[in-house]
Amino acid sequence: MSANINIDFISHTFKGQEKPTLKDIALNIAAGERVALIGRSGCGKSTLLHMLAGLLIPSEGCVRIKSHQVTKPSAKWNMMFQKPSLYPWMNVRKNIELGLTFAGVKDPEKIDYLLDLVDLSDKADAHVQSLSGGQQQRVALARSLATSPEVLLLDEPFSALDAFTRASLQDEVAGITEKEDLTMVLVTHDIDEAVAMGDRVLIMSANPGSIVGEVKVDLPFPRERSSSEFNLVKEQLMKTFESLVGDSAPVNISPIESHATEPEDKADAA
Amino acid sequence: MSSAQPFSTTTFDIAESGIDWKKFGSTLLSQVGYPIAGIVILISIWWLGGWAIASNPDTESFADFAPAPAFSKLLELFTNGYIWEAAIPSLERIGLGLLWAVVIGVPVGVAVGLYSNLQKLTNIPFQLLRMISPLAWMPIAVLAFSTWSGAIVFLIAIAAVWPILFSTAQGVRRMDPLWFKIAKNLGADSLKMLIKVILPAIGQDIFAGIRLAVGVAWIVLVPAEYLGVTSGLGYAINDARDTLEYDTLAAMVVVIGVIGFFLDGICVFLIKKFSWHQEG
Repeated sequence: MSANINIDFISHTFKGQEKPTLKDIALNIAAGERVALIGRSGCGKSTLLHMLAGLLIPSEGCVRIKSHQVTKPSAKWNMMFQKPSLYPWMNVRKNIELGLTFAGVKDPEKIDYLLDLVDLSDKADAHVQSLSGGQQQRVALARSLATSPEVLLLDEPFSALDAFTRASLQDEVAGITEKEDLTMVLVTHDIDEAVAMGDRVLIMSANPGSIVGEVKVDLPFPRERSSSEFNLVKEQLMKTFESLVGDSAPVNISPIESHATEPEDKADAA
Repeated sequence: MSSAQPFSTTTFDIAESGIDWKKFGSTLLSQVGYPIAGIVILISIWWLGGWAIASNPDTESFADFAPAPAFSKLLELFTNGYIWEAAIPSLERIGLGLLWAVVIGVPVGVAVGLYSNLQKLTNIPFQLLRMISPLAWMPIAVLAFSTWSGAIVFLIAIAAVWPILFSTAQGVRRMDPLWFKIAKNLGADSLKMLIKVILPAIGQDIFAGIRLAVGVAWIVLVPAEYLGVTSGLGYAINDARDTLEYDTLAAMVVVIGVIGFFLDGICVFLIKKFSWHQEG
């Protein structure tokens, strides 16, 4: 069961900082909608997502999910991170059922269903450290779904994966959010990912972080990345981004073009 | 082609028999051979020392320190139950002291690991206290406790608490911060976070701390039992010295070493059991 999200003029300034990280963000996300947030590093995308999850409380304004003000984390709005951060002392099944364990609920059939949903039925008793990166992220997804959330918040969950696994998981997660009727908010640097998964892509600018534009993606799922329609939307999104935020795209435009950005990233890292 | 035939046949035979004798021999040497050789070297040095003591007219009265009289006495003490009479009170004191060290060290260590301000607040006082020799607390322990045994348990606890506390705190600090966020997100309250996330994550660190604590506690035990008690391994050694029974003294030293070795083995087993790091 999905839920609508109302972001009511959020501003946030971290302790010890003078300038706000986020400024006057107002947004409505409809129940069942899939929204992707793109923007440069440090523009406050993840901060905003943490606020939707109740892991951070805004200095001003508030977040409401289904009219309830978000003041603390809840299993009804679950977040998936870039790192799966599975609990290595638990096997796959135990990891997935952790949210139910916290709630004092035993539902082995649901866990079996989720294992099947993420295609890991044969790995139920496996040690999580023996799984591949993609499989670990699937376990993290199933873990997030076990508590029957209304909202799924994704913080660059596939950025550490190889291109093929990433594309396959993007389609899988988009399909699962449709099947399970979830509202989804995805934070990403990857324009392909935003177009592949979002019904709407919101563009954020930095200093202070604010939403400066949006592009609707009216394509059926699963989205064919080589189709002309997909590339048309991508092009439109890139142009919008360039005109609103700067003269270059956030990062990965395609696996080939991403190599062109690599030296810049390494220089940044150095 | 024909020259390759005998080689491949030989390989096939080894694979078929299922035993790689070279590997088996190497494993046997490293797992059994070296430890036995180590023990033999240790006893040889002891024997040489005993021989040197017995050969010198000035020290020949201490000749019973040598391995032969010591092992002979050990067998006698084992048979007549004296070893158990001495070891059980010591093990009880060690157990109680360690229990107190765990009861204090683990919760405080978790809190220090979780809250950086608490870590800053306690770091200097804890480091100062840690550096005080446990035996320096002896006069205070004697004053503070109505029984000698209580004082010894206190000395063991105060020696053992630090490794447990610091190891626990370090384990908490090493935890992936996302584990906390995810658990909160999945609905964990503080108690569930502690039981389902923190303690399993740091189990191996707690037992690593306990392992160090057992070593320290075992070292403190013997001099602590020189206090007014009339039981325990420390008392037995002191008593053997006073009565000039050097074979008993040497036998009790062996007993202390063997029990310490087994206690350490239990700790190593528990560290492995609670370790979630996948072995490469």
